[in-house]
Amino acid sequence: MTGVRKSTVFFLSLGLALVAAAFLAVHASSAKQAGVERLRQMSGVVERYGLTDLCLFTDARYTRHLSMADLNTPFQDYPMSFEHFPSGSLFTPPPHLIRHGID
Amino acid sequence: MGLIEKQQNIIDFTLSSLLRRKGKNAALVVVYAVVVFTVSGVVFFTRSIQEEASIVLKHAPEMMVQRLIAGRHDLIPLSYIETIKQIRGVQDVKARLWGYYFDPTNGANYTLIADEAFAHGDGNIVIGRGVERNLPSSVGGTMPFKAYDGSYVFLKMKEVLPSESELVSADLIMLSVNDFRRLFGVPGNQATDLVLSVKNSRELSTIAAKILTLLPDTRPITREEILRTYDAVFSWRGGMMIVILSGAVMAFVILAWDKATGLSAEEKREIGILKAVGWETSDILLMKFWEGAAISLSSFLLGVGAAYLHVYLASSALFEPALKGWSVLYPHFRLTPFVNAYQVATLFFLTVVPYTVATIVPSWRAATVDPDAVMRS
Repeated sequence: MTGVRKSTVFFLSLGLALVAAAFLAVHASSAKQAGVERLRQMSGVVERYGLTDLCLFTDARYTRHLSMADLNTPFQDYPMSFEHFPSGSLFTPPPHLIRHGID
Repeated sequence: MGLIEKQQNIIDFTLSSLLRRKGKNAALVVVYAVVVFTVSGVVFFTRSIQEEASIVLKHAPEMMVQRLIAGRHDLIPLSYIETIKQIRGVQDVKARLWGYYFDPTNGANYTLIADEAFAHGDGNIVIGRGVERNLPSSVGGTMPFKAYDGSYVFLKMKEVLPSESELVSADLIMLSVNDFRRLFGVPGNQATDLVLSVKNSRELSTIAAKILTLLPDTRPITREEILRTYDAVFSWRGGMMIVILSGAVMAFVILAWDKATGLSAEEKREIGILKAVGWETSDILLMKFWEGAAISLSSFLLGVGAAYLHVYLASSALFEPALKGWSVLYPHFRLTPFVNAYQVATLFFLTVVPYTVATIVPSWRAATVDPDAVMRS
């Protein structure tokens, strides 16, 4: 019989995929180390200017400053409310608002 | 025949069988890999955001005090500082001036923060990288702002915040206290909110309760609550995860259901013939196990690998439209890969194991029936 067995090809490709996975694991480890400097810089900016939230969404103020959102006003101003900004439907309200009820 | 030789022969046969239906199986691998890609991508992305938020926001103020009037956050009188300072355990209280500015020229929303120790002085600003990207000019140029009284204030851009901090600073504009008050007309005896530092962080909840008693129109927000917010919204129960995961899980359920509800007539005939030529039930189950494993393992490795590359090397480009929503400013950030073995193992058990099991059960049912009956059915 000539040619390589299909099972050999299968295990070789599986091995290659595992090598690629190992490469990604090495990448993750080195990127984590490189990320330390970036996180240090971010922490510096947060401390320097007293920031409270991540800048993930800038369309609505209750998703720009998630932790500062409130439950006081009906029909708007907190994530998952009846409102019109797409980002608001991606998150539930901050837990401290749900726990306190309404401040 | 040795055990390994037998397994190899079965795998050879399984792969030949899969290749006979290569169109169908290739489509299955693609769909399966897309489902794994979506689930892993969301898991990687949210986990990294959660981790980065917990590291970075540890440096947020220990407590903020905001004033509420008629159900809305309102300006807080500076006289509240003295009242709060009298509470035992409070080390320092500072006023913060910050707010939002909508730029009608490009539709972007900025967060303006007045810096008491602003190094560049009045008439100048420091901007975030996201703000700079949306402006025609950069450092050295001026930026027009429409003040509360309708007049225009021109502020000179002096510096751009480092791109490494974009996840927290993309939309920020720092300016002096005088410029902030001039822009928004905030009276000199009021501020946006107050920030506190305390002597002992374990007393935070007691101090928060005392503030509420002394100043009932305020709401204190502690750093712990900020950290919990990001922990909760990016947990698997958070809205974002539920929205994306439910779609992927439904797709996976349909995929597994299709497999679990039975085999095609062609597959049944194949099993009947194999049994007729002398294959045992255990051999057929082994073949089906390898079939399931080959498809699910390939899809899993493809999906997880692609998700890793997408989230950590391509800055989650495919998630951007969903996350961006109506935002004009969107931070460009590269997340740190906080991937661990537990996460990968969970993804593996959620995706590979159910599929492999789903392929074996109907085959076992077909393999235990008389070959003649299977072939005739």
